[in-house]
Amino acid sequence: MAKTISQEFKKGLWEEIPPFRLVLGLCPVLAVTTTLENGVGMGLATTFVLVCANLLVSILRNVIPPKIRVPCFIIIIATFVILVELLMQAFAYGLFLNLGIFIPLIVVNCVVLGRAEAFASKNKIVPSLADGLGIGIGFTLSLGVLGALRESLGSGTILGNPVFGPNFQPFEFMVQAPGAFVALGLLLCIMNILGKK
Amino acid sequence: MREMIKMVVTLTILAAVAGGLLSVVKISTAERIDQAVLEFVQGPAIISIMEDVSNDPLEDRFAIEINEEEKNFFVGKLNGVPRLVAFEEGASGYGGPLGVMVGVDIETDNIVGIGITTHSETPGVGSRAATDIRFQKSFVGIPVTDDGRIRLGEDDGDIANIGGATITARAVATAVRRAGVLYQENQTEIKTKVAAFSN
Repeated sequence: MAKTISQEFKKGLWEEIPPFRLVLGLCPVLAVTTTLENGVGMGLATTFVLVCANLLVSILRNVIPPKIRVPCFIIIIATFVILVELLMQAFAYGLFLNLGIFIPLIVVNCVVLGRAEAFASKNKIVPSLADGLGIGIGFTLSLGVLGALRESLGSGTILGNPVFGPNFQPFEFMVQAPGAFVALGLLLCIMNILGKK
Repeated sequence: MREMIKMVVTLTILAAVAGGLLSVVKISTAERIDQAVLEFVQGPAIISIMEDVSNDPLEDRFAIEINEEEKNFFVGKLNGVPRLVAFEEGASGYGGPLGVMVGVDIETDNIVGIGITTHSETPGVGSRAATDIRFQKSFVGIPVTDDGRIRLGEDDGDIANIGGATITARAVATAVRRAGVLYQENQTEIKTKVAAFSN
């Protein structure tokens, strides 16, 4: 019944990897993954919020009255999101300019609230941390893969370095919004084929 | 009733702690954020205006209080002599506020260059104001106080239009004219403070 800590951690990386398996939190997934750097930056910001929110929700789970648990979770999550926003402005302004509105929108990312509600509010501190970290890293990986795919096909670069040589004609469709849906769909398809066995 | 009080108290405490924590972080990061904005938003425009300067205009700056607001002026030195000054003015563009950095030669009062700092113009249309060299170069050499010439060709001025983005081009010209007014009103103070950078 009770899963071990490493199982809680690992489930976020494959079994319940957020955008691909749970198909949750798609707004930032589709919007910011035009480059690998943006995808990973967004993933790390979300991971930070997930881990901190899970930790605090788990600590306070017996103090928060059940009837107002959602407003309490939102306050906790919003606090960490603004923290990330301020820190990013101070130390990584270039990334902040790229991610823009999607940083404040982490507040309403259903992955974050979902983990607080479904996991951290019912489990002890250490499993909640492992859960947050696992899901967060899974989220970062997914955004990274999607970002790398779209950047390499759409702009012909990885982290700003050309990868296909000077004759490559960028497939610009991939860095536009419809390309995001196509790339995500293809990845979901691959994940399903691999997961089937 | 007891349950009610408990809920109110929990939420209040939580919100108060969150608010307190955030204000501490906000205050302690304010200086670094200002620095980052300077570097990433105003920096590129200043550097494009002051290509041949021998100093770092982002370092050599001073502030003048205008209409109860601190305005930054960036000083550029030509061969070690402080001669150029750049500052930001704004106007309302097609999609919202538009920020324009204007560089002026303090000896001739001529514009040495302009650069767009912030804008929310339509991508691919109005946004070309930020990259259109022909448009930006058409400001160069005009006296910053020459109200009549800092207008689009259509408005009997000397500024090149941006095809399909007249509103944006006009807004940039308006911002530059405002910069001219501001420069004229504070001319003595600006010139003294720029001269103070010679050493």
